[in-house]
Amino acid sequence: MMDDLRELYQEVILDHGKHPRNFRHPDESNRQAKGENPMCGDRFMVYLTVKDGVVEDVAFQGRGCAISTASASMMTELVRGKTAAEAETLFQTFHDLCTKDDEDHADHGPVDEETMEKLMVMSGVRQFPVRVKCATLAWHAMNAALHGQDSASSDSF
Amino acid sequence: MPDAILSPAFDVLRVREDFPILARSVHARKGKPGKPLVYLDSGASAQKPRQVIQAMTRFLEEDYSNIHRGVHFLSQTATDQFEAVRAKVARFINAPSERCVVFTRSSTEAINLVAASYGRTFLTEGDEVILSIMEHHANIVPWQLLQAEKKIVIKVVPCDDDGVLDLDAYKDLLSDRTKLVAITHCSNVLGTVTPAKTIAALAHERGVPVLFDGSQAVVHGPVDVQEIDADFYVFTAHKLYGPTGLGVLYGKYDILKRMPPYQGGGDMIESVSFAGTTFKAPPARFEAGTPPITEVIGLGAAIDYVESLGRDAIAAHEHDLLQYATQQLSQVAGLRIIGTAPGKGPIISFALDGVHPHDVGTIVDQYGVAVRVGRHCAEPLAERFEVGPTVRASFGLYNTRAEADALVESLLAVKEFFGA
Repeated sequence: MMDDLRELYQEVILDHGKHPRNFRHPDESNRQAKGENPMCGDRFMVYLTVKDGVVEDVAFQGRGCAISTASASMMTELVRGKTAAEAETLFQTFHDLCTKDDEDHADHGPVDEETMEKLMVMSGVRQFPVRVKCATLAWHAMNAALHGQDSASSDSF
Repeated sequence: MPDAILSPAFDVLRVREDFPILARSVHARKGKPGKPLVYLDSGASAQKPRQVIQAMTRFLEEDYSNIHRGVHFLSQTATDQFEAVRAKVARFINAPSERCVVFTRSSTEAINLVAASYGRTFLTEGDEVILSIMEHHANIVPWQLLQAEKKIVIKVVPCDDDGVLDLDAYKDLLSDRTKLVAITHCSNVLGTVTPAKTIAALAHERGVPVLFDGSQAVVHGPVDVQEIDADFYVFTAHKLYGPTGLGVLYGKYDILKRMPPYQGGGDMIESVSFAGTTFKAPPARFEAGTPPITEVIGLGAAIDYVESLGRDAIAAHEHDLLQYATQQLSQVAGLRIIGTAPGKGPIISFALDGVHPHDVGTIVDQYGVAVRVGRHCAEPLAERFEVGPTVRASFGLYNTRAEADALVESLLAVKEFFGA
């Protein structure tokens, strides 16, 4: 039981939750989308700077729980420098990790081992179904921004 | 009978035996025992005593039938039992007559009924409805729907930092334009009990009717709609240790009978023809279609149960829990209680420095402690106290001081976990 908690709140997650990386609003960002969880009122704005099909910068602002904040922070580190297609691959892969059993994971494209390990850190949320929306909130917002949409609500995840 | 004399007025451990679910544990895993359930979410929905469960089962097994129609034996038996509960509900809130008691699907539907039927008929553009800052969404959104349709104006009574309703502001908001006041009798977030009698008296000076949302209030102490002089009073069965899917609308009869139907259908008509249909008198006028019959029987059993324990005894027990839990929680560093009005109900909302309520909820749940986290369907109130989401522990008649201790212990674990 407490093992599950430690799995969910690993040190790296607690660290990102307390000290989120890329927690800012870049002047040069050219796409943004709001991610909102109406149940708890958690709300993030995710900012992308996309040039020539490459996500040159990712940042976010807002307020949320340790899980959603840490996931947003780690998302910014993983997506930066990726092409739009690669970012989408990461989103889909991460979504499967959080919501599906291993055997149901689809192949959304190549993800290198190091990145996969980082995505896996958040997958402890799988044992806590009500927290999946926390973990995926900023990812949904990032994906929405990538597709030129301005918002994503956890009601529709 | 020395035992009877020596036994406390309210034997909570005995009472707990009436609630089968309270004996269970949660989060048991292969071979590992779980944690005893510490249920502190009765404000969202209360657990059910065996008396309610058995009454509903017995009714379904022995007496079930549709009501108000059919000449057969069971239909008459079921109708009699159903209508007996209406009379029981009337006694429970001291309504002058069972004709004033309308069964709905929920408190929410009861308020929607008043907004749609009374509101659409008697309110027009520019008319004002007064609500309070501490309303549940169920007592905000129906009026906003009416606002969109009729262009009425919604005024909001604020509260102070303790969560006490600002009566002076209320007096100032009352005017010739005020056509209805709709205010909670007990806040589901702050626990504040509002001065219903004063609220009604001030409105009545201007001939303005008042609706009270009693969803939390009827659970924690006696309610007398005539003493308050409420024009409408709504509550729900499931927070009162009864079943889901059933609410109650009390309305003064002379107001109810001036109101048009809310929904159309069977059981609410006198005669139907394509040339024109006539409607029954209230309460039948507002009960279109087959009602939740078995649930009404369950509510009757819940009222019997609560009255058998004694509503004053329940209130005293819950007050003791509230005081004890408040005292214990106050010793947790970094914990801030939202809602400190004198005479409040046994509901404690709080924020913990540096830890988001969702994280608190997940961790205390692993210790078996069930609390509500979020904005509790009262977003404007969360904004008012600038807290965003909070953790809410709400106590029921079956809770114990030991459970308050378990909450505090689990919160200390949260703090340790997050180094907060």
